[in-house]
Amino acid sequence: MLTLDLAFFSMAAVCIGASVGVVVMQDVFRAALFLVLSFLVVAGLFVLLNAEFLAVVQVLIYVGAISILIIFAIMLTRELQYSNESNRFKQPAYVLVALILTAIVFVSVSTDWRDWSELGLRVLPGDNIENLSATEQGVRDVFSDTTPIIAKLLLRDFVLPFEAASILLLAAVIGALVLLREQER
Amino acid sequence: MNLENFLILSGVIFSIGLYGALTKKHVITVLMCVELMFNAVNIAAVAMSRYIVPRSMAADPSALDTAVAIAISEGSELGETALSTLLTGQIFAVFVITVAAAEIALGLALVMAMYRNREIVDVTKINLMKG
Repeated sequence: MLTLDLAFFSMAAVCIGASVGVVVMQDVFRAALFLVLSFLVVAGLFVLLNAEFLAVVQVLIYVGAISILIIFAIMLTRELQYSNESNRFKQPAYVLVALILTAIVFVSVSTDWRDWSELGLRVLPGDNIENLSATEQGVRDVFSDTTPIIAKLLLRDFVLPFEAASILLLAAVIGALVLLREQER
Repeated sequence: MNLENFLILSGVIFSIGLYGALTKKHVITVLMCVELMFNAVNIAAVAMSRYIVPRSMAADPSALDTAVAIAISEGSELGETALSTLLTGQIFAVFVITVAAAEIALGLALVMAMYRNREIVDVTKINLMKG
């Protein structure tokens, strides 16, 4: 339990620090590197939440693909990379973001979340594991090997959104190609 | 480490991303901050799916002799379905990641097109269509 807490709070600290780094860094390239760090730490948080498949997807897509794209774009617009300034909405944005953050924290603290311990089920990370009931064993099995269940859900219950997502990706690829094609004059 | 911790962390990262997306001039920084917001939403979705009990399992606080609990102990179809609904939050995260990938590909293509035609990466100067 203590180890999990330690892992969570250190990862949360690094994640928040890296996110602040993305916003405050003057050099856009360094901001992108902080963004990669924050993506990696989020993958670690997914492992803490028993979402190993998502952790791997996070590393492959965010750390592998998206950050490479961002860094390429920064390098291709290189002469302007030291211009990470703010626009004139700094003060109103402060107020708005503070309000939203207060609302989020208030709601997440004051809501009575109905979690497993309220049912007397010992399936949360760090719970002791003796004399499991059938339900506890079932829930533990689900969270110990999530990938086949995600596959089943994606190709059975969520098959329509799944196909829509592939069409969206195809459209995005074609759109990007059209935008970046060399114009014939 | 409990659900509140994860939700507050997610809220903090979302707010940082929102602040950056609202105030930054460099268009690539704006896109990066939008990615931060996507990540915050993913953390919240996965934490919810790990900690929150679906209604079918919470019907009776003494739990272990509800229909779902019996179905799970028998290993029947209903039990498997009930258990697989636990991962809906992770499915949402998968779709959010897909949409984020599409968004960043198109967004950066737009940035490159804009830079090539007008040498602009400052969002406050993109005003060609202003009336």
